Amino acid sequence: MADDGAIVELKGVWYGYPPHALSMPVLEDVDLQIGPGDFLGVIGPNGGGKTTLLKIILGFLRPQRGTVSVLGGRPQKVSRRIGYVPQNARIDLAAPASVLDVVRMGRLGVSSWGCRFGREDTEAAMAALERTQTADLADRPIAHLSGGQRQRVLIARALAGEAKLLLLDEPTAGVDAHIERGLTDLLHRLSERMPIVLVSHDVSFISRHLKRVACLNHRLTTHAAHEVSAEVIAQMYHGEVRMVQHEDSCPLADPGCAHGCPAPGLGPAPGRGAAGGAGSGSMRGGGQEGDRSIADEDDAAR
Amino acid sequence: MTSFFHDMADNPFLLTGLLAGLLASLACGLIGPYVITRRMVFLVGAIAHMAVGGIGAAVFLAVKFPDAFGWLSPVFGAVIAALIAAVLIAVVYDRLAERMDTLIGAMWAIGMSIGILLIKFTPGYHTELMSYLFGNIAIVPWSQIRLMVVLVAVIAGALLVFHKRLLAVCLDEEQAALQGVSIFSTNLVLLVLVALTVIALIQVVGLILVLALLTLPAATAGHYARRLAPIMLLSTILCMAFTTVPRVAVYGTAISPESAIVLAAGVVYLVSVAVRSAAMRRRAAPAT
Repeated sequence: MADDGAIVELKGVWYGYPPHALSMPVLEDVDLQIGPGDFLGVIGPNGGGKTTLLKIILGFLRPQRGTVSVLGGRPQKVSRRIGYVPQNARIDLAAPASVLDVVRMGRLGVSSWGCRFGREDTEAAMAALERTQTADLADRPIAHLSGGQRQRVLIARALAGEAKLLLLDEPTAGVDAHIERGLTDLLHRLSERMPIVLVSHDVSFISRHLKRVACLNHRLTTHAAHEVSAEVIAQMYHGEVRMVQHEDSCPLADPGCAHGCPAPGLGPAPGRGAAGGAGSGSMRGGGQEGDRSIADEDDAAR
Repeated sequence: MTSFFHDMADNPFLLTGLLAGLLASLACGLIGPYVITRRMVFLVGAIAHMAVGGIGAAVFLAVKFPDAFGWLSPVFGAVIAALIAAVLIAVVYDRLAERMDTLIGAMWAIGMSIGILLIKFTPGYHTELMSYLFGNIAIVPWSQIRLMVVLVAVIAGALLVFHKRLLAVCLDEEQAALQGVSIFSTNLVLLVLVALTVIALIQVVGLILVLALLTLPAATAGHYARRLAPIMLLSTILCMAFTTVPRVAVYGTAISPESAIVLAAGVVYLVSVAVRSAAMRRRAAPAT
């Protein structure tokens, strides 16, 4: 590998869906490196290639140009080491299966060959449910879950295998503010154990914890999290962004975090002017060894 | 009704008929729940009707070219055609999933029409065809029982190996693929098992009505159990009831036992649907 410890490395990746392929590329010359301890938020408009980028990392799509290396190998070879929480999980809610059944499916790649899951699979699945605070749902039919519970169960499924990388696609689509808050907390805790890539049209709910933000609209540019300003966002969305100014007293201004991190605000939430310094400080403070890249970019910014 | 068991001493076919029903129930109970879960009821129909084409081809070849194809029995033709259908459907699903329903409909119709055409051009074979289309549980030879035992053993053995992957693909294909499960081969395994189940059911209800026995008991069981294993158990029990109780009840009457079996499965399913939706309405009422 080029960089020691790079978990994901994309170099000059171009992708376009058939039949147009590269005459209508969705991804243009995308370079991306994700190191251990990274927590990357990818934002961009619909159709900008966010989900496509994830599918390239997962190995579901092969780029027409460029190279992809994940965990030091081809994505197809290592996909079972990637925890993936899809945007619209095409999970069949009418299927006769319990939450535990669903979560154990995350262990298919590491479990033994026979028809049943072994005890260690069940234990790992239960541990994953514990981590997402959904262990009490284990015996529920999957149809009987609320939106927020389902999202947590899907994260548990992603964690149940021996995931070395977690990818989430729009994890807060269709869940309301107080569930967002819980997810923020959960993802923050998880980010201390493995690199996370989170794709969303709006990452403000988790902005304080992100170490880097990538803006993707066919082309991808990465920023240290605190650099992302209203201008950057407006440029990417062609100026059609409506910002919400959250007052400090507004419950949405602070998505809440059990770790007591101060709230910087980012992207569509414009608290940056006031809290920018504190925000970047907290991001560095909360980071692991992976913030080398942030420090570099910080230096460059200054 | 008592005459059925009274006559059993004299008529060995009554025993083999019951055995055939019970063996078919095992196959249905094991595979039916997957068919329901995977929403492939339509595919079962296509496989069954392709098997009709196989029967027609086997009969035609055996009569027209007795030297080359004299060994080709109709059941063998059905097995080959059903397996070809399973492979074709797996390939179609893999390559052009979005045109799936049209292509499957075409296979369904083409299989059936080939079968009917070829049988029409085969002299003197029309009555026996009826027993393949509509079943013949009254006269089940021991050779058929042996074939069914083998089929059930293969189906049960395959499930012991593949259950986990089959359920994974039923639940969420994308996640299964991520975990290194081959969607194509898992689908193929399931379709081949469905094809074998269809063959096991020919004698009991016939190819036309296979659809009913493979799906109705499993769908009924799905109303009362929430996980796959209990659904399998319950649908096997239901199937066993459907293949024996109506058979004994209509014995000695002019009603054909094969139709009685399917009718019983259908009526129980519809009653279950009605009871369930009534119960749901009652549960929903106090809440609103």
